[in-house]
Parts: sequence; structure tokens; C-alpha cells
Amino acid sequence: MSTIPDDLKYTQSHEWLRDRGDGVIEIGITDHAQDALGELVYVETPETGRDIDAGETCATVESVKSASDVYSPVAGEIVDANDSLADEPDKVNNDPYGEGWLVRIRTADDTALDRFMDAAAYRDYCEEAS
Amino acid sequence: MANRTPLYARHLDLGAKTIDFGGWDMPIHYGSQIEEHHHVRRDAGMFDVSHMTIVDISGDGARDFLRRLLANDIDKLKAPGKALYGCMLNQRGGVIDDLITYYVAPSRYRVIVNAATHDKDLAWMRKQATAFDVELTERADAALIAVQGPDARDKVAGTLEADAHEAALALSPFSAAQIGDLFIARTGYTGEDGFEIMLPAGQAVAWWDKFLAAGAAPCGLGARDTLRLEAGLNLYGQDMDEDVSPLAAGLGWTIAWEPQDRDFIGREALEKQRAAGVAEQFVGLLLEDRGVLRGHQRIETDAGDGLVTSGGFSPTLERSIGLARIPAGDIERCRVDIRGRLAGARVVKPPFVRKGKILVDVSEGVTQ
Repeated sequence: MSTIPDDLKYTQSHEWLRDRGDGVIEIGITDHAQDALGELVYVETPETGRDIDAGETCATVESVKSASDVYSPVAGEIVDANDSLADEPDKVNNDPYGEGWLVRIRTADDTALDRFMDAAAYRDYCEEAS
Repeated sequence: MANRTPLYARHLDLGAKTIDFGGWDMPIHYGSQIEEHHHVRRDAGMFDVSHMTIVDISGDGARDFLRRLLANDIDKLKAPGKALYGCMLNQRGGVIDDLITYYVAPSRYRVIVNAATHDKDLAWMRKQATAFDVELTERADAALIAVQGPDARDKVAGTLEADAHEAALALSPFSAAQIGDLFIARTGYTGEDGFEIMLPAGQAVAWWDKFLAAGAAPCGLGARDTLRLEAGLNLYGQDMDEDVSPLAAGLGWTIAWEPQDRDFIGREALEKQRAAGVAEQFVGLLLEDRGVLRGHQRIETDAGDGLVTSGGFSPTLERSIGLARIPAGDIERCRVDIRGRLAGARVVKPPFVRKGKILVDVSEGVTQ
């Protein structure tokens, strides 16, 4: 069974969101997602400083099997990206909620996180899908 | 419901993650595809390939039938026990499937074709067979286990009784023999030494467990794909298909042009192509920029566009590699369209890796 931390929010496309305060939201992919993808061999993260729309690709993760886009759940400015993943993509497999974070986005919408599932809802969602 | 091999429950016991592969529920990996890949390059790994189709061909017309059916010439097989790789072509010279033929005994041959092409292959073979005194028997009663790697032969032999042990180790490359209940062939699809073993389906679990106890690591189809890619071995449906000539897929070496009077299916089309000159060549690519090569990516060269036919991450090189069709001529570098970004790649001659050794120069270029 995959790990689903209680303090995060989740999307239906298996991204997680963490509130870092000051409107900054950290985004990654869930344990369930990394397990389904298999071992990652390459991660492409975006340039910082540019604006991104919700639903736009904010990173691409490539496993031994295939390439998958990660969509930004929120609109805002990309303030940080985890460049270290280019050399160590396996951080996403080994620590998806920690060292495997992908991007940090500053959003002006202070209710942005309210739209997403909490851990209990995401757990149900994963169980229904499997 | 998907087909399952006799080893399916065993795979689940071993923690396999399974996928649908040509209508079969098959293991993609048992935890780490990359570790499985390394097991085969460094020691020994084993694959359940029972989804593949085994067809026995017998009768007085068997030899003539296969000399008509295949672009390679089974008359190269001088003695029973030898094996030959080749293609079955359509009249246009496109590849219906690639397959391996074993010469079992006079008037008896065995071919192994792909799983995903099972239906069309058998329909085509049966249609062609009507003109010959030949009987085709699909061996759905058999399982197939490939044990591959530098230590694979020793590990398999270690599970056999004294006489069988000697007989198995005595097999030369591309040879096969019926040894007890096992039909053991010194063939494979990984670029390493090893055996492919056909055995009665009812014994599949028992032998799998013996090989496991002898130290062969279970490996999924994921590792099988990266191993064959490094070894520069074509995959049907990706690197060639019914609309691709073997001459444009790096398989010219499998066409037996001599003797000239052997009228194999597709010969006329291939001769026209050869006379006109083949506009494409089949090459290896080593990605020099960041990213991962994948099948269907467009290639730009100074001589025109090409196509990545297979691509992925090479665990041995720790780089992305691919197989590709590009315009004929002397081309050293190209650009690959990786989701809208043009990435530089160097053209190399496959294989990338054989028998554990890296055969291409990886000193240049940006690593990831």
C-alpha cells in the first residue's frame, strides 16, 4: 500500500501539494504515481521565474517505460524547481514527498488548496481506481 | 480475459508487476527493472517467454515450405540441432514477423514467432502451407524460459543430471538439442550467452524454481527490452513491420540472395529495392543532450528526416540510446525532436553492448 501523508493535498492525476506559506505551494508526484511509473531515469523541471497556468505541464518525468507530463494543479509563478533531479531522478522514487519534490509555485489565490482532495479522500480515490 | 502462462501465479508470488503484452498478462518487472538488467549483464537472469508462439513444422515438404516462406535460407542449417534467425515477408517485401528456426531432424523444424503476431503469423503460414506436403502444429502445450547472462549456462547445467549436464554445456552458439524433457537452445535476445529452454507446460513451475534456486534472477519484459536495445536487436512492430523492408531495418544480413533460383516470398520486391538503391539506413543513436529517446520521435538530418524506431534508457551506458531509420549516406550526427525540443544525437553502429562490454564510444557528449 502506498504512503499518503495526512498533511498534503492531492489531485486526481496523482500530484501532491504542500502549503509552504506565503502563497508558495510545493508540488510533486505521489508514491502511488511513482510506483505506477517505475524507476525514473530522467526528470525535466521548468525554468524558474515564469508564470504557469493550472493544467499546464510543469515537469516531465521519464521512467524506464515512458515519459509522463506532470500538470501544474495551480496557476502562479514558478519560484523554484528541483534541478537536482536531472542527475538523481531516483529521488522521486525513493522520497516522493521529500527530496523528490518537483516545483514550487507562488499563487495569488489563497483558496487554491481548498479545491483538492485531502489524504482520506485521495486514499479512497486510489482504492476505487485499483 | 488475458492469456496467462503456466508461471503466472509464480510471478505474482515473486512480486511481479504485470502488464498486458500482446494479449498476455506478463511480468514487466519484479521490483527493479534496472537491477534485473544488470543481473543479466553481470551474472544470470531468467525470463518467462511462454507467451511466444512455438510451431512445429514436419513432413516431406517442410524444407521446401520454409525455403519459400523465409527470406533466410534454412539450407544454411547443415545438421540437425542448428538454428537460424530470419524474416517472413509479404509479397511487397515487408516484414510479417521475425523468427528463429531450429532444424530438429530431417523433415522436422521448429519455429518461434512473436506473441503479438500469433494470429496473423499462423494464418499466413497455414495459407502458404497448402501448396506443400507439410503439417503445422502449434505447441501450446509447452512453456519457454530464457536464462541469460555470463553465468546462465553453468547455472542451468547445474540443475541437470550428469549426462544432461554435459550435453547442455556442449551446445555451441545457435545450436539446440532435446535433452531429457527439455529442448535447450543456446540462443537469446539479450546480447549475452545463455539458453532458451522449451519444456512441457506442466513442468514449468518446477524448472523455474530449480533455476531460481541455482541463482538465476527473475527478470521481466522491461529488462528484456532494454537488454535487446543495448544489444541492437530488432523488436517486431517497432523496428520493422509489414510496411518496412528488412533492407531498411538493418536486417539485410538475414536475406539469403543465393542461390538465385530460390523463390522466397518477397524476393521480387526486395530485388527491385536493391537495384533501385535503398533510401534509408538503420542505425544506432546515442543521445548527447538531456532527455530520453523514444520510439516514433522525428529525427532531423542534413539529408532529410528520419524516425526513432526504439529508444530508451540504457542501464549499462547510463545514457539514452535508440535504434532509428535515417536517410542513407554518411551521417554522423542528427537532431531528435523530443516533445518539441531538438536534442543532439550521435549516429553509431549497433550493438551498444555485447557480452557485458560497451562497444560504442561514450566519452563524448553531455551525460545526464
